[in-house]
Amino acid sequence: MNTKERQKDIDVKSTRLPVDLSDPQIEEFGRELDAMREEVIDSRGAKDRKYILAVIKAQRSLGLLGRIMIYASILFLPAWSHDLASSTNFWVLITLGTLFLATAKILENMEIGHNVLHGQWDWMKDPNIQSSSWEWNHVCPSDQWIQSHNIKHHTWTNVLGKDPDIGYGLLRVSSRQRWRPFYLLQPLYAFLLAVFFEWGIAIQELELGKMLKIKKHTEKIRPLLQRTGAKMMKQITKDYILWPLLAVVMTLPFTFSGIGPSPFAVFFCVLLANILANILRNLWTYLIIFCGHFPKDVYHFTRAQVKDESRAKWYVRQMLGSCNIRGGKLFHIMSGNLSHQIEHHLFPDLPSNRYPALAPRVRALAERYKIPYNSASLTRQFGTTIWKIFRYSFP
Amino acid sequence: MTDPKKSNNTAKPKRSFLARFSAFTDKFAYPLRTSHYVELLNPLWAGHALRAKVVKVWDETKDSRTLTLKPGFNWRGYRAGQHVRIGVPLNGVQYTRTYTISSPPERNDGLFTITVKAIADGRISHHLVRDVKVGSFLAIGLPQGDFYLPDSRPVKPLFITAGSGITPAMSMLESMLAKDRMRDTVHIHYAPHEFDAIFNKRLKQIEIEQPAYNLNQVFTHEYGEHKQTKGYFHAEQLERLCPDWRERETYACGPQPLIEAMEKHFTQEGMLRHLHIERFSAQLAEIPKEAVGGTVSFLKSGIDAIADASTALLRVAEDAGMNPPHGCRMGICHSCSTTLLSGCVRDLRTGKLINDIGSKIQTCVCAAAGNCELDL
Repeated sequence: MNTKERQKDIDVKSTRLPVDLSDPQIEEFGRELDAMREEVIDSRGAKDRKYILAVIKAQRSLGLLGRIMIYASILFLPAWSHDLASSTNFWVLITLGTLFLATAKILENMEIGHNVLHGQWDWMKDPNIQSSSWEWNHVCPSDQWIQSHNIKHHTWTNVLGKDPDIGYGLLRVSSRQRWRPFYLLQPLYAFLLAVFFEWGIAIQELELGKMLKIKKHTEKIRPLLQRTGAKMMKQITKDYILWPLLAVVMTLPFTFSGIGPSPFAVFFCVLLANILANILRNLWTYLIIFCGHFPKDVYHFTRAQVKDESRAKWYVRQMLGSCNIRGGKLFHIMSGNLSHQIEHHLFPDLPSNRYPALAPRVRALAERYKIPYNSASLTRQFGTTIWKIFRYSFP
Repeated sequence: MTDPKKSNNTAKPKRSFLARFSAFTDKFAYPLRTSHYVELLNPLWAGHALRAKVVKVWDETKDSRTLTLKPGFNWRGYRAGQHVRIGVPLNGVQYTRTYTISSPPERNDGLFTITVKAIADGRISHHLVRDVKVGSFLAIGLPQGDFYLPDSRPVKPLFITAGSGITPAMSMLESMLAKDRMRDTVHIHYAPHEFDAIFNKRLKQIEIEQPAYNLNQVFTHEYGEHKQTKGYFHAEQLERLCPDWRERETYACGPQPLIEAMEKHFTQEGMLRHLHIERFSAQLAEIPKEAVGGTVSFLKSGIDAIADASTALLRVAEDAGMNPPHGCRMGICHSCSTTLLSGCVRDLRTGKLINDIGSKIQTCVCAAAGNCELDL
């Protein structure tokens, strides 16, 4: 394995980054990236505002449409006696509705929520789109996620023992993480994490693993636990209680007159659609995010390497530690432009709609300085990620 | 004896049925609110943000325009002379400015107007006058301000206005007309030329129709001249145009030099109590030469910035890359208020120093006076 060999070459105690550049060269590289950043900041304008407002509007319309279609599907359950009631009509509607709702949830989490919370749109000074007041459609409270994601993960990207997102405290994704028998079952953990990804992120900050080792930990995380719990309850209430229950209430008069479906069937249909939409969102976000830092040839760093790190060196580390996914325009939007993970990690607070135009320039810059630029198809990136998860479950 | 529990209940205003209903429906939209989906149909129906739709634009003069606005559902009534905050997106950034409502509250179509003059170097006013199109939406605030005629006393008003300072007077005049209760009014209005005078035709028409209304327009520039030749406000002119000014309540609105001249004159005559002023911009006190700035520490953001003695702390924060809450930027709305945690700041309007730890300060009109720490 290419990476492995190269990483073996480096002494564990080395403070150098795995690139063939002198310090002044790295600083020059940093200045070029700074200039790119300034250029985008100076050119932000009405077009960018129009973009994010359009995405927000599309996302809310899709969500609403999805919910309406799921409700409409109830009217076509075979239990109704009208002519159009058939299981085909029901399944078509509920499937489309679920897909729409899932798409809305994905857009909200990725292109809108993630990026708004990065402060990418704070410059508009629009009081309705501010990182400080935005609450996203996710079981993890916004401010808590900002803490673990923006601050810890983006500052300490791929630094072993510092970045909480290396394997999410659950998986071994680098040969430099010490093996424990616990990891033998990690393909299973990875699968479960994919299905319940939203929940995994929400409890990440709580560091529940410490509860067994450190006695006072439970005491320490109680306020966090309460806040997260409250947010979780609101999300559960909305998706799994209120929406299914409202459908039951609306069809109840017909049920009593003996012409409608059973209330249990109605509740179950809407509940299932919501569960599926949430799981689809979890799987998609997992897919995109795991391709960000886990594929083959991605680098990890030691604390010694980031000691007294300059901004330019931080840039180099972000480039070596992130991976892009190739794809079309729609794919980029649906991935919240995290398919441009490298550009996102270099400039986490620039508007995401600018990453596609930045990518070829960053790539050319990387080539000029002979810094690896990890960009490949989704199949390659996710395939090598899966391979790593299997491979590193063994010593 | 008061039961703490009970007093708590009485302190809490009882919520209306509608408020409780929407709180319930909001649970379906969490973490958004129902209103975020309602606004997809019509931005004016939003409950979480007040907006107005531009339904008509009308050029008053070559550089001023009246925008007729249709406000959203949660707009409330206003009094003639009050102002409103307008959020204008320009190059993607939302700027907030304050404009006086120029229409009377008696207007029965639910619309209101603002009249904007494109001031020199004023990007936002230029944008409003030149670029805002019919059909666009602007964020607005609720009407505010205490510059209005009292209902309880039959005062005889004297309006002294200049330039676009005419707007509150216009609203008051139209309001008196609509109520068919024209008071004995004298109006002195300053404009560079007759063709620059906003509402010129309408004012003249009112003067012809209403014997109680006495209009004196003063044009300060000769045609073809750029520099002002004729005087602005002075004592002798006031005596001549309105001999009984001491018996009137004076309502003044206009640029800073006019307001300062008037304040000086009314103070000398002991009539300051009868002078009511609407300012376009915060009136700033002179800063002593020996005043120094210092390091401002924004503790919540963990940012330190060097500030001089005359730059508003809001501006300092923004220059340091922060985006603290703000509204009018002239000390009116208190949107920008924050807590002073240590040190000393200067209120730029009065020049007074504030060093009471824990007091609320308005960052848009306060500057550093030595080092200070803010809860931002």
